[in-house]
Order: sequence, then structure tokens, then C-alpha cells
Amino acid sequence: MKNNNVIEVENLTKKFGDFTAVNSITFEVKKGEIFGFLGANGAGKTTAMKMLIGISKPTSGKAQVAGFDVFTHPEDIKKNIGYMSQKFALYDDLTVKENITFFGGIYGLSRAKIKEKRCELVEELGLKEIVNELVGSLPLGWKQKISFSIALLHSPTIVFLDEPTGGVDPITRRQFWEMIYKSANSGTTIFVTTHYMDEAEYCDRVSIMVDGKIEALDTPKKLKLQFKAATMDEVFLKLARSPSPTLPEEKGVNI
Amino acid sequence: MLPIIFVLPLLQLVILSNAATFDIKNIKFSYVDHDKTSFSRALIEKFDASTYFNVINQFSSKKEADAAMAKGEVDVILEIPRYFERDLLKQNKTVISVAINAIDGAAAGVENVYINQIVQDFNKNAKVALSQPSDLINAPKDIMAIPSFWYNKTLNYKTFMVPGILVLLVTMITLFLSGMNIVREKEIGTLEQMNVTPIKKYQFIIGKLFPFWIIGFGLLTIGLIISKVIFNTPMVGSLGLIYFYTAIYLLVVLGMGLFISNFTDTQQQAMFIAWFFIVIFILMSGLFTPIESMPKWAQILTEFNPIKYFVEVMRMVMLKGSSLIDILPLLIKTTVYALIMNGLAVWSYKKTS
Repeated sequence: MKNNNVIEVENLTKKFGDFTAVNSITFEVKKGEIFGFLGANGAGKTTAMKMLIGISKPTSGKAQVAGFDVFTHPEDIKKNIGYMSQKFALYDDLTVKENITFFGGIYGLSRAKIKEKRCELVEELGLKEIVNELVGSLPLGWKQKISFSIALLHSPTIVFLDEPTGGVDPITRRQFWEMIYKSANSGTTIFVTTHYMDEAEYCDRVSIMVDGKIEALDTPKKLKLQFKAATMDEVFLKLARSPSPTLPEEKGVNI
Repeated sequence: MLPIIFVLPLLQLVILSNAATFDIKNIKFSYVDHDKTSFSRALIEKFDASTYFNVINQFSSKKEADAAMAKGEVDVILEIPRYFERDLLKQNKTVISVAINAIDGAAAGVENVYINQIVQDFNKNAKVALSQPSDLINAPKDIMAIPSFWYNKTLNYKTFMVPGILVLLVTMITLFLSGMNIVREKEIGTLEQMNVTPIKKYQFIIGKLFPFWIIGFGLLTIGLIISKVIFNTPMVGSLGLIYFYTAIYLLVVLGMGLFISNFTDTQQQAMFIAWFFIVIFILMSGLFTPIESMPKWAQILTEFNPIKYFVEVMRMVMLKGSSLIDILPLLIKTTVYALIMNGLAVWSYKKTS
């Protein structure tokens, strides 16, 4: 892999029958970057992300993640990435501690390492009181922070976050982004999808997908210049409002 | 959930083992006696004395008796013809007619056997009464078949049913639990999280298998204790052998459950498919109806029925005291089956869509 790109995607396409969900997208993500992956519902973000994390086979194109090919080495990619899905996906009927031990074990961390990581986590997030509680009983904000920390447990090169702050209160969102910054500063690449345009402003670079294609890709600052918009919100609206075959034209997209 | 898993099936074991009996008792017996002699009364008394028959009524005509059977008041009508005693004494033979309500064919068959036994017994006594002392010496010795029931000497159906029902319960619970399991994770979304981890397919399947395997042993253990304590079922063979066989058997059922789970998208679908198989397995296991009396194609199908093997092994080991060598053919078939099912379970678990 040349220079220090951790994700390199070239003409990546995914078709479901006649429907092209992801239409020949090309981009790369550098090490330590916070990469915002935006798009309206149904634009193909999740499908594209699923191909990158190795749980969906692309129809055509090329993609390398953490130095491994998505076609031939999806399992090697999985060792080097963390993933936090849109749906909360820790085990509700296990305690925080048990979830940490479980996922640590799956990534092949030693018992000592898991214990060390757990203590770190408890310290950082202030989990002391809830570490032995069932995850299912915690408020959403806590759940998301713990999910994120567990996705980082095995010190992956890249973390994929699929709408990590959906339904979370503003204070927790802010704390969450502090966590994201912290891990980006320590060299982890963050690949994040979101519907909050203020969050898009926090990203180093942002891509906007419309109908399976990447229509814009640059730093938030340059995008605003390019589209002559004051905020990322406006940039997004200008792009996503363009006529689309999947959405009734006059309605557009409500955000 | 755990108490439900254990308590319900064990309640079923206690209830079903008592209810699922093929013992036929209290048969509603009636007769029409056109003869009214000491011989005819002796025959009727024989029925009355039997524990199987309850003499409900006596009718003066066959018509009345038929009407009663139509109403379901009686199950068996014995009609003794006129001149029954006279014919027997003079011609040494006579004919009686028996009508049996055969709506339940299996029960009717058993009733027929009982009636024959009583009539034959009566015949023998009659012969003795009729024969002269000189005849007795010269009389050819009748060849008599003396039935001897092995392994279940008192013909206690509970002894026969308890091991079988225990097998059903262990199978049902483990199949349902494993069948619902992976698909449940699909529904909650944790499966996707698992799929983005580097976990190996076989590791995942073993991880899914193991807890249910332990639960299966738990069920078996408590079931065996209940069958000993409540039903006093004998345990002639080796307990270790039962556990050894169960260890392999459970892998068949769990592999099947996980295979179903991998193929379905919702717990509902999984439940339907699991039910489909379990009903066929139970009815074709030889537990309720003998496999020998099934049509040929059905007999071939039963070869794929794991419950059939388990029922056979349980009965062989518990009641007959069969050894490892005796059950070896069944053990080998089960092992092959387990390998196939778990191979399918691993294969059908797809980390990539």
C-alpha cells in the first residue's frame, strides 16, 4: 500500500439484481484521519460500509482495507478493524464486564491484556459502578460509549462507526466525539457515518453519497466553498435535493 | 428461562408417562345369552373374573346390544347361541360370536387377543370336564405356547414409555433452543457484530453448541432420576454408556437446530421448521407405533430419524442391559449423522452475504 492510506477503494460496485446500491465509488482514507461518510437514507452508505468491513461481497471494483483485499482476505481485515453498528449490538444479557471479556476473547487478547484494558476502560469512562450491571439495563448514551470502547479493545487500525450517535442526547454526543478525537489522535483511523451535519464539521474529510455515487469529497471547509454554502447542512441539502429515482422529486429529503 | 427449560419438560415426563399407556383395561363388556345353561354362565363368569373386562350389561337380543354399541355404551358383545351346551357336549364343538368396537383398531386388536385367551382357557376346562378318565391318559398332549415376556416381565407400559418420553423431551428442548438461537441473534443484530469479528466459523458453531449440550445432559440427568424415583424404571445396563451415547446424540440434534437457525431469518420461521421435524420424528420414532408395521417407504424414512436411534438405545441399555458392542451399529450411525449435521451447520453459517 502506497503512502499511508489505510483504505483504498476503486470503482467499488454492489448490485442486488437490477438495483445498483453502490455505483463505482472511488476514494481513499489516510491513517489517523476522521473520515465522514454521509448520505441520505438509502443512498448506499451502509452497503458500502458492509463491503469494507468484509461482510458483503462487492460485485466489482477494488478495495483494500488495512492492507488487505476485501475480495480475498475479509477475515484478515476483520482482525484489524473495529465496528460499531447502527443497532446496538453488545449482548444485553451480559454485564459490561462480561461483554468486555467476551469480545476481548474473540479478538484473541490474553486474559491479562483483557483485564488491563478493562481497568483502563473503567477508569476512563467512569464505569466503576455499572461494570457489573447488565448492558441491557443501561441508558443508550452509556451503551454507545461502551460499544465504541469495545470496538477499540483490540487496538484496530480503523474503526467503522455506523451512525454512532443516533438518538443520543447532545451532551453525550459531545462526549462521544471527544472519545473519537482522542482515539484519532493516538493514530486510529475513524470511518464514520452520520446524519448530524454539525458532526460532519468535526471530520477531517467528508464524502457525500447520493444514489450510490460519491458526489462530493473534501474537507468540510472546501466543500462549503465549492457549494457556496455557509454550513455543511446546506451543502448536504444542495446535493441530496437533486432529482433522484428512488425518492419522489418534489418531496426531497427531510433532515 | 432456565427454570422453564427444566421444569416444564420434567412435568411432561411425569404426566405423559402415566397417560401414554397402551394397557387396555376396563373394557366395557356385554353379552347376549340365548342358551342360559351352566356352560354359558361359566363362560360369562370367566370374562367377569378377568381384570380386563367389566361386565356392563346383559341384553336379551342382539339388536338391543347393537344399539348399545352404537351409543358407545359397550365395547364388546359376546353372543352365545342357543344349544351352546348341547352342541358342545354332543358334537364337541360350537360357535360363539364376538363383536368388537374397532374404531380404535389397536385397542380392538388387543381386546381380541384377550377374548381369545379367555375362550381358549374355557375350552381347555370344558375338554377336561367332557373327557372320560381313559381319554385323559390317551389324549394327545396339546402343544401349548407359553408366552414369556422378556425385559418387561409385568408388561408395565411405564417401563416401556418412560425412557422413550425422556428421549423426546431431551430432543425437543435441545432442538428448539438451538433452532431459535442463531436466528435470534440475527433479529437482535448481535450476529452482525459477530460477523465483523475474526471468529472462525467452527469456533462460532462450537460456542453455540456447547451450552445446549450441557443443558441436554442436565435434562437427561434429572429425567433419569425422576424415572428411577417416581416410575422405578429399571437401569439394567451401564449409565455411563447412556451418557456416552447421549453426548453424541445431542450433537446430531443441536447441529440440526443450528442448521435450521442459519437458514431462517426469523424465530417464527425457525420454530415452524423445528416443529415440522419434531412431529415427524416423534410419530415415526417407533415410540407410539411399531416401525415394523409402517409401510416400506416410511420404514426407510425412519432411518433418518435420530429419535428412533435414541429410543432404541435407551430401551436396549436401560431395560435389556445391552453393552457397547450391542449398540455399536446405532452408535456409528449416530456419529456419522452428527458429523454431517454439524458439517452442514458450519457450512451454512455465512459470515458474508
